[in-house]
Amino acid sequence: MLLVSSAAWAAGGDPARGEAIYQRCLACHSLEHNRVGPRHCGLFGRHAGSLSGYAYSTAMKKYGVTWNEETLDHFLQNPLKVVPGTKMGYAGVKDPQERADLISYLKQATSDPKTCE
Amino acid sequence: MPITTFQADPIKPVRRSFLSGFGKITLSATAVALLAGQDRLALVGSASAQTTNNDVTILNSALGAEQQAIAAYQLGAESGLLQKPVLDLAVQFQGHHKQHADALAKAVQKLGGKPVAPLKDYSFPKDKLKSQNDVLAFAATLEKGAVSAYLGAVPILTDRELAKAAASILGDEAMHWAVLRQALGQNPVPDAFVS
Repeated sequence: MLLVSSAAWAAGGDPARGEAIYQRCLACHSLEHNRVGPRHCGLFGRHAGSLSGYAYSTAMKKYGVTWNEETLDHFLQNPLKVVPGTKMGYAGVKDPQERADLISYLKQATSDPKTCE
Repeated sequence: MPITTFQADPIKPVRRSFLSGFGKITLSATAVALLAGQDRLALVGSASAQTTNNDVTILNSALGAEQQAIAAYQLGAESGLLQKPVLDLAVQFQGHHKQHADALAKAVQKLGGKPVAPLKDYSFPKDKLKSQNDVLAFAATLEKGAVSAYLGAVPILTDRELAKAAASILGDEAMHWAVLRQALGQNPVPDAFVS
């Protein structure tokens, strides 16, 4: 599964398309702030379920991965299946290219010093 | 209505059509909320523990988003930036979200789950909300996100009556998004499909 997933993001994503796809996430997430979901600034390299100030599910705290292109690609395919018990009640981003685009955007935006002080 | 209406004159035609359509949208959205709310959610049947847990998770995610929308419209209403009748519209939309939240919380309880509580602070970007359009644009962002959230919930809800109820809420959120876009002088329905 991870090998298949990694092939999708390795093919390259378009951050501009990813920014449009990220609009789907904004009912629950923001880059800067914890809301219904945890904030995304600093996402890459962060251990899953570790952000202070956000009340994660027990399942996410125990997930045991560090967020990177590969782990995000795997999780975003089907959050409820990959981490049963996660609070993220969402079908996932099924299209590999859309995931690649979204991850490409997240990699830029979550490390942007203007947004993520 | 031709799309060129929005592009040719971004203020007067948009405002006029926005206001003239207000009553129809009020009736329609309210009807959807009433018909698709508790009545359908009350039809929730039995399901296995795992699928029920997933449905609870999905409904609680939606409930959290609804609570956030309620708080956002409250912020907008209290900002002093919204002028009538836009203020009335914001309060009306907030009322829809309250109805959604109430129905979702009851459904979670009916499934044996615990409804999530609203956050104490949503850290909204208050410093960036300096005009009525800023508030409307922020609300439109949340409404678009809500449409996507429900679109991501409908296909994975195990209980089909719950999926129908979620779909009807999706329709209401999409109407909010369209009206807000039109008020902003944007094409209210930019695509044939939502995502």
